[in-house]
Amino acid sequence: MQQQTLDAAQAAAFATDAARRPGASATPDAPVAARPPQTQSAPRRMAGIERRLAGWILPLLLILAWEALSRAGVIHGNVLPAPSAIALAGWQAARSGDLFQNMAVSAARALAGLIVGGAIGFVFGIANGVSELSHRYTDTTLQMIRNVPHLALIPLVILWFGIDEEAKLFLVALGVFFPIYINTLHGVRTVDPHLIEMGRAYGMTPVTLFVRVILPGALPSIFVGLRFALGVMWLTLIVAETIAAQSGLGHMAMQGREFLQVDVVMLAILIYALLGKLADVLTRLLEGVCLSWHPNFQPARS
Amino acid sequence: MSLAIAPQRRAFDSAPTPLAEARGVPARFIGVTRRFGQTPVLDGLDLDIPAGQFLAVVGESGCGKSTLLRQLAGLDAPSEGAVAIGGAEPVTRMMFQEPRLLPWRRVLANVEVGLPARVNKAEGRERALSALKAVGLADRAGEWPSVLSGGQKQRVALARALVSRPQLLLLDEPLGALDALTRIDMQRLIERIWLEQGFTAVLVTHDVAEASALADRIVLVDSGKVALDLPAPLPRPRRRGSPESAAIEARILDQLFGA
Repeated sequence: MQQQTLDAAQAAAFATDAARRPGASATPDAPVAARPPQTQSAPRRMAGIERRLAGWILPLLLILAWEALSRAGVIHGNVLPAPSAIALAGWQAARSGDLFQNMAVSAARALAGLIVGGAIGFVFGIANGVSELSHRYTDTTLQMIRNVPHLALIPLVILWFGIDEEAKLFLVALGVFFPIYINTLHGVRTVDPHLIEMGRAYGMTPVTLFVRVILPGALPSIFVGLRFALGVMWLTLIVAETIAAQSGLGHMAMQGREFLQVDVVMLAILIYALLGKLADVLTRLLEGVCLSWHPNFQPARS
Repeated sequence: MSLAIAPQRRAFDSAPTPLAEARGVPARFIGVTRRFGQTPVLDGLDLDIPAGQFLAVVGESGCGKSTLLRQLAGLDAPSEGAVAIGGAEPVTRMMFQEPRLLPWRRVLANVEVGLPARVNKAEGRERALSALKAVGLADRAGEWPSVLSGGQKQRVALARALVSRPQLLLLDEPLGALDALTRIDMQRLIERIWLEQGFTAVLVTHDVAEASALADRIVLVDSGKVALDLPAPLPRPRRRGSPESAAIEARILDQLFGA
């Protein structure tokens, strides 16, 4: 787990990190090779820009090809509107304020569900990782609930909550609970027992041991859980909003379907993609800050 | 866990204030047996370690020498008998075979892990820095442990053990994973610091040459008992490969392999 390739944001963080400690490797017994001299910084910066943008080249080419095919009449506008038409729909929705209204509603739901479900999952993960008693009494129940697809609860949730906010909050919280729970539990359980023994031998109290050793040791795994949870969060929210909502991006897409506005449907789908990417980038930035000690997040050495 | 030792042993006590220069405390095993399941790993072991002594415990793997050290560290308790450490509140620190540094803390913060809880922040930082200086790594204080070499990591672990000014330092094959040259370097460092600070040191090792390079006294543990108890009163600082230390090594190896 946790072997992501370095992306542009991390690469940039590394560059500044290296700059902050000039000559750190100048001591004769340093185990690392000396860093390249400063004169290479211009090509390095170019390489940095290239790395930052590389991921966007393919989507851009796809959009260009799509636009060209639409204009040539190969793709019919009733099936798949041209990117320019979608952009126009986006512009109109933005001007009327509907788009931002819907995005804000969806984002608030997603975040609320993530916070509620994530917090519960985190607490259970920590408790069951640290306490054998807690694990014995709750893990079986949690594992059974986990194996019920939470989207299967939608009919029940509608019966309980109607199509109000509670329904979405409940579903999203339930969805994000398990990835966070499982990965937190795994993280706590796989903290190096040598380090825990060291902490005990050095007289750490249980609280100190938790704060200094167990929690930081579990953090990489908790982040994996968070990223899984973000995916589940969007999925759940979109399904819930599509089936039962009066606002939000899912609702916007369903309205587009009812009025045969394919461009609005496409707009909603593209916004999902962008928001998903945004959430991922934010998580990685957070990882870069919290896990800067981790060898995976340190400057690659030539 | 360790018991308080009988009052007459208090003569060995360390200095009255905790901040005064650390000195060694005595330690004693009284008929210690430790069983894992049915098999005794330590079998009625008696051992008296005077204050300030540098004791090496050698033996084949599985002879119980690490268990012996864990009893002193309070990480394990005897099934029978008692382990006693002198002093009112003896500060015991352990160095493991692996450095066991916290990867998410920088080098200086890792050394601060070894500080007693009551030390305030500024003083702790200063003490940690001077401990790092003592092991020759003051310039690496701001690094992550992952960029250090194996020998450097073990030196940080030594600084972490020393920063609390221990009265009893336990060394569980701390140099076992190092290359030969780094190992000699570390042996010299440990000897020098021990001479300066005068704590009691117990070194567990499978390397007989290392034992004779460092110790005042070498104990051979076999089947959970002391099989050989050998003084090594050689002058310090020691030269490696002297005839006297070679003679001591030969005696231990003879005992081990019954030649």
